[in-house]
Amino acid sequence: MTDLTRLSAVQTREAITSGSASAVEVTQAHLDRIAAVDGLVHAFLHVDAEGALAQAARVDAGELTGPLAGVPLALKDVICQEGIPTTVGSRILEGWRPPYDATVTARLKAAGIVILGKTNMDEFAMGSSTEHSAYGPTHNPWDLTRIPGGSGGGSSAAVASYQAPLAIGTDTGGSIRQPAGVTGTVGVKPTYGGVSRYGLVAFSSSLDQAGPCARTVLDAALLHEVIAGYDPRDSTSINAPVPPVVAAAREASVKGLRIGVVRELQGDGYEPGVTARFEEAVALLREAGAVVSEVSCPHFNYALPAYYLIAPAEASSNLARFDAVRYGLRVGDDGERSLEEVTALTRGQGFGAEVKRRIILGTYALSSGYYDAYYGQAQKVRTLISRDFAAAWSQVDVLVAPTCPTVAFPLGAKLEDPLAMYKQDICSIPANLYGGPAASFPVGLSEGLPVGLQVMAPTMREDLLYQVGGALEVALPPAAPSLDWESK
Amino acid sequence: MPEITREEVAHLARLARLALDDLELDALAGQLDVILGAVAQISEVTDASDVPPTSHAVPLENVTRPDVVMPSLTLQQALSGAPATEGGRFRVPRILDDEA
Repeated sequence: MTDLTRLSAVQTREAITSGSASAVEVTQAHLDRIAAVDGLVHAFLHVDAEGALAQAARVDAGELTGPLAGVPLALKDVICQEGIPTTVGSRILEGWRPPYDATVTARLKAAGIVILGKTNMDEFAMGSSTEHSAYGPTHNPWDLTRIPGGSGGGSSAAVASYQAPLAIGTDTGGSIRQPAGVTGTVGVKPTYGGVSRYGLVAFSSSLDQAGPCARTVLDAALLHEVIAGYDPRDSTSINAPVPPVVAAAREASVKGLRIGVVRELQGDGYEPGVTARFEEAVALLREAGAVVSEVSCPHFNYALPAYYLIAPAEASSNLARFDAVRYGLRVGDDGERSLEEVTALTRGQGFGAEVKRRIILGTYALSSGYYDAYYGQAQKVRTLISRDFAAAWSQVDVLVAPTCPTVAFPLGAKLEDPLAMYKQDICSIPANLYGGPAASFPVGLSEGLPVGLQVMAPTMREDLLYQVGGALEVALPPAAPSLDWESK
Repeated sequence: MPEITREEVAHLARLARLALDDLELDALAGQLDVILGAVAQISEVTDASDVPPTSHAVPLENVTRPDVVMPSLTLQQALSGAPATEGGRFRVPRILDDEA
């Protein structure tokens, strides 16, 4: 019998509509898979077997239909799901159950998608390895001693280890794309404003964006179409039609497409194996009919420092809501201590080291005397980075670069060196600062570990990402992990 | 640029309502110095002086909606995650000093 966990989302839906498997059988197969392997991978923080099977039964009863009805999905724990624990990887929200669904969650449910559970992440999405989760790290299915990327390492690992064909991630500085890159999966950051942030626990509000994770390009496009589109509950949501992502993924053509290789995102600091796979993939795109040139985006060199001022500044403000009053943890409320003391004690105990580091950094960047030199200057550099993109679009249709300078590194390797961890995001951050869509697609292995190619496109042109991703998938069928640890 | 002292970190922690112990203050002072030293390289960008700042990727202003009552959380739902409630309200620790 077919192993239902090895099917793509499209194949899963075909199995359900053809009657060869019910949605309940598909869901149970994935729940069994989670029970068998997640003790080692630790992709999930919470599994909702009861809710998943109930949703699958509704699909089997014909109450919910659509191209992904009955397909299981793993939801990053930063997105609210009514009645289901949502921790954002933090102790401060341990045990909190949101009283409402995020718009993304509501759209998944309405599409008949089966939410298996909530996935592990760096606390408040701050990190590139999931090691900053308060609940322990996730392990990369390609090599359990290595990181699965972050912050959305739970989502990428769940997809790569066949615990779910689909997942939702969020991307503030690369948290969908870098995990996709280091796990050999597909991850797409939509245009900022393309997917509603309503019900997404905020980290950096001008950068946060939810998007699809999958094993195939078409699966990601189908999921993209479900979650994208205008939402009046998010005032930054873009009121425009969703780009034709599914058609683009099916077309999978780069004939005549002008592709620019970013000069600033290569060279020193990039592992030779990453550079080799990247250059081979670009050569394949050229063979498939793309017109490739090199493009300079000089201010990309300053994207990392700009980001590590803007994002912590916004985080220091956003995380003020964790005040020990409305939700989550409260520490030291003995009837004697003041609100201010209780708030400080609660935050001191409830937040982990990286979150504290970024709150302090952001508070510094916004404080009087330093505001202009740090935060103000970073916002100006953000403008210059957007202008680099605009100038690039006069020469090419999309930009490409490696997703990340390295393959997955060993767990613990960068934990004591925050700056080294931050440099994981060096290729992914420019697109967040600009706001346009970007994606990571698998382009082979280096030293047995996946390498990702990143595609960046103009605002609201995510269809171009899927065209390139589809063409790459045809030219270079993705490798699958051996999962040899399963039999040990 | 800056050399961040332990006292400065303690001041920032007070502003941010973070109770940090001595070990954390020492560790953060050293780390912040390194991180700020790295991010300070944005001051090298000399062509930024006449550039307007970007606070947001989407140039939207004054997004309004019709003034219509929509379904919202019940009182019970809104209080469901609170660490302490009393009489249908959030219960907070004392806000004023004793002599106030």
